[in-house]
Amino acid sequence: MSTERKFQTPPSLAAYAGPWDKDAVKHLLRRTMFGAKKDDILYFTGLGINGSINQLLDTSLPLPEPPVKEYAVGNAMVPDTIIGPGETWVNDTNNDGTIASYRRGSFKKWWVGNLINQDRTIRENMCIFWHNHFSTETNDVGNAQYVYKHHNLIRSNALGNIKSLVRAMSIDPAMLVYLNGQNNNKSAPDENYSREIQELFVIGKGTGADFTEPDVKEAAKLLTGWRINSTKMESYFDPNRHDTTNKQFSSFYGNKLIAGKTGATAGDLELNDFINMLFANDEAALFLCRKLYIWFIYYKITPEVEAGIIAPLAKLLRNNNYEVKPVIKALLSSDHFFDMMNRGCQIKSPVNMMIGLLREFEVKFPTPDMYTTNYGLWNQMLSYFTNLQQNLGDPPDVSGWKAYYQEPGFYEYWINTDTLPKRIQYLDSLVTNGYTVSGFKVVVDGLAYVKKMAAPRDPNKLIDELADHVLGIPISAQHKAQLKRDILLSGQSDDLYWATAWDLYISTPSNAANTKYVTTAITNLIKYMVDLPEYQLC
Amino acid sequence: MNRRKFLNGYLPAGVMIPSFVNGMGFKAFESGHTFLNNVLLPGGDNDRVFVVIQLNGGNDGLNTVIPLDQFSKYQNARQNIFIEESKALRLNGVDNIGLHPAMTGLQQLYNDGKLHVVQSVGYPQPNFSHFRATDIWMSGSDSRQVLNTGWLGRFLDEMYPGFPIGYPNSTMTDPLAIQIGSVTSLTLQGAAQPMGMSISNPSSFYSFVNNQIDPAPNSYAGKELSFVREMSKQTQKFGEVIKVANAKVTTQSPYPTSNSLADQLKIVARLIKGGLKTKIYMVNYGGFDTHANQTVAGDTSIGSHATLLGNVSNAIKAFMDDLKFQGVEERVVGMTYSEFGRRVLSNGSSGTDHGAAAPLFVFGAMVQAGVSGTNPILPMKATVGDNVPYQYDFRSIYASILSNWLCVNDTTLNNVMLKNFQKLPLTKLGTCSILNPVGNPDQLIVVYPNPFHKKVTIQFKSAGGHTMIQVMDSAGRLVKILIDANFEAGTFRVDFDGEHLPAGLYYIRLQNQVIQQVKSVIKI
Repeated sequence: MSTERKFQTPPSLAAYAGPWDKDAVKHLLRRTMFGAKKDDILYFTGLGINGSINQLLDTSLPLPEPPVKEYAVGNAMVPDTIIGPGETWVNDTNNDGTIASYRRGSFKKWWVGNLINQDRTIRENMCIFWHNHFSTETNDVGNAQYVYKHHNLIRSNALGNIKSLVRAMSIDPAMLVYLNGQNNNKSAPDENYSREIQELFVIGKGTGADFTEPDVKEAAKLLTGWRINSTKMESYFDPNRHDTTNKQFSSFYGNKLIAGKTGATAGDLELNDFINMLFANDEAALFLCRKLYIWFIYYKITPEVEAGIIAPLAKLLRNNNYEVKPVIKALLSSDHFFDMMNRGCQIKSPVNMMIGLLREFEVKFPTPDMYTTNYGLWNQMLSYFTNLQQNLGDPPDVSGWKAYYQEPGFYEYWINTDTLPKRIQYLDSLVTNGYTVSGFKVVVDGLAYVKKMAAPRDPNKLIDELADHVLGIPISAQHKAQLKRDILLSGQSDDLYWATAWDLYISTPSNAANTKYVTTAITNLIKYMVDLPEYQLC
Repeated sequence: MNRRKFLNGYLPAGVMIPSFVNGMGFKAFESGHTFLNNVLLPGGDNDRVFVVIQLNGGNDGLNTVIPLDQFSKYQNARQNIFIEESKALRLNGVDNIGLHPAMTGLQQLYNDGKLHVVQSVGYPQPNFSHFRATDIWMSGSDSRQVLNTGWLGRFLDEMYPGFPIGYPNSTMTDPLAIQIGSVTSLTLQGAAQPMGMSISNPSSFYSFVNNQIDPAPNSYAGKELSFVREMSKQTQKFGEVIKVANAKVTTQSPYPTSNSLADQLKIVARLIKGGLKTKIYMVNYGGFDTHANQTVAGDTSIGSHATLLGNVSNAIKAFMDDLKFQGVEERVVGMTYSEFGRRVLSNGSSGTDHGAAAPLFVFGAMVQAGVSGTNPILPMKATVGDNVPYQYDFRSIYASILSNWLCVNDTTLNNVMLKNFQKLPLTKLGTCSILNPVGNPDQLIVVYPNPFHKKVTIQFKSAGGHTMIQVMDSAGRLVKILIDANFEAGTFRVDFDGEHLPAGLYYIRLQNQVIQQVKSVIKI
């Protein structure tokens, strides 16, 4: 493109003062929830912008009930018979390999259920943000109880204090397994976590991230001694394995010397000093705010964005002692967030796309009491995510999904000659035949969707409403006219053809041929819409 | 039209969209594109293929290519994971190294004259982050430089200018590069867009129709929209070509099962034999980040690293056997690489932490069998900070392949590699250009006094031409470049004032045309 893309207003945290119209509401919901459900659009329009953002950031709602046993124990050597069907397994210490595998599956399916049934808050979105940030892989961690505990740590702190979260994460059992912290001892320090906490979790790899290799080594020494009590399923500190020498950090950290300590409290005390040191560095807040920017807005952080958004946002984060809520609030309330240049420019992640489809078209699932069927149905969504390269719970490695960090393409990494046809194939499948588990079919009910529209008998308004609801950026009137003619009017040019067919469907659904015509036309129209590149954007 | 007929009839669901679209004259993609002449490089041998095998995680070089000539130092540095001397696989005519016991396939290839081992491949200022190091290897950048294109992406940009506009055309009907798997690699990233195609199943591409009606807006959203549309176009253009090539091959020689690298190479062999003109293939195998439990206690020849190396060795052997079976083995050269090697000293978890240089393999029927370089000089008593210094810059491997296998001319080579890199005799004489290996490289550097306190003298022999002397520390970091100039053939001396350096082990590295040599020296 030869012309410079310009923002409407220079990037700053000045509050959005534009209209609180449907487009603004949709934009906000598409970036904070999965797809914008029609009911939600209505609800949030009524709240106004401040009310909407406060609602999205509401953490007063209870956390979902934990995952349950929906599996048969098969040929496990040590079956978990103590846990009855439909009861939760998260507090049971069974770590038999087969049972662990079933439980990890149960956890992942449960997670999908939470996404589909999300409440009107940003919490599910933030769980994935933090999961991507602190990437661990369930297959490597192994122990399903640790996997759940790690996820619950994220979930409980998704909108809380980042510094506390990082502190807790450093001795989280799953993390101690994943990055070898449990093996880190004074005679042979293991640098895995000490590197990643700096490079990936707090300071980052930007031009201002000048921590050194010796910093990694010193941190490894500081983190020695932590172990996991597998009976209690929690971590503990073993002073005998701890390196008690002083830890000298580089000029990047102000040449900080963290005095080595002895005894039972050494691990905690030194870790506190370390965390304080990391977060005292200005780069921490800058790094975290850039990640939030890429997550919520776009991956291109120009110098004016860095100065107008990132720098003040980072200051806000520091001034709030690393509470993340005020920062997200400021970012989402800003004029910059709602700038037209920032709308429709994200390529949906696989999770966002698939769950978004289910929610936008209000696809029905069984009632909660039918948990085995539900878990089975949710499992299929997991396969879709995995084939599209977003294996929820098992990112490719500790740096998370490439879409959120890999220059130059970022979200473009979701889309290639392999994943794009698969995206279309899976969307088409859900729109046409759906899939069935234990006799329950999950499929988009196009007729039910269209029936709820304002004026379904008017083919122009039908297409307008559909396109407006689901497409990331608009298509032209000419394009819509062509769609109307080819799909709804079967090649004819008179709107009456559709109106008549629709009226007949409403009055006499038993007219098989007509109902079939209407159903097929709607299915094809929805299919066409979700196959458009415009549907890949949000 | 009879209205009643319209209402009573219906259109079959699955077929509807394509026939509608084609029938209704939606604007087709690229209806007005111009054909560009495919500018091939002079001397370009059109049917040559290069396969890149990426080993993710950082492969432990010292347990892959075992330094038999320093076995006791090796054993001391890795008491919990060293491979027993008697188990190292010997190579014909080679005394100083042995391969990991799991690599019987590569041993066989070496003895058949189809494997070249390059020792200690790395670069100055090694980076120990997976992600940064991977980017460095993929982009061919310096350690502190950030490039957003891949070295093969740049190569393909040079070979096929203007891509994708004007492609496919009569001279190049096929994808420029194919990556097996669902990810897009930086290696294949060109200036404007990815130059390669990602596929996981060559026999089926879900066919969908896409229509470009509206121009993309001039916004970030428009940029992303254009990207999705472009991917869609390419999938459709090349999907058919790949399916057809894939279907042509009905028999292949056996590949190991439960080996994802073998699965990928099997597809590559099919597509080569099936007639694709694609020159570059990329495959990927992970799990090498062996921070813990690299070997099994009690028998270090088995364990996670052994399994990985065994799979790599068996996959490459099966691939080579199949290429021979298909009659295309002389067309293919491949290499393995990993983003870094691992630490000399093992850790307390029976594993190793991130390191620097490591050996890599170049394989193929047209490869010059042999070993480039010597074993790294191991310290008497290794400490946690010690790393393997590099003998060969990884970009030398790339430059050698581009120049001597893919037959790229020097101007293009410079545009792709951005700097001049020493070329190595990796492929057989007579392939693109003649190489004159300079004679026996023994004793080209003499360093005295050793140990030194203030000043050290380096006496070196040059065969003429570009000569470089570098000083590196024990972690592989470049301390100083003492010499970097053209020399007449002869013996020369240079003094180095190392008084200010911290005490410890250092390496003096000589590079002269295709020759390099490293000598260790101690500062006290």
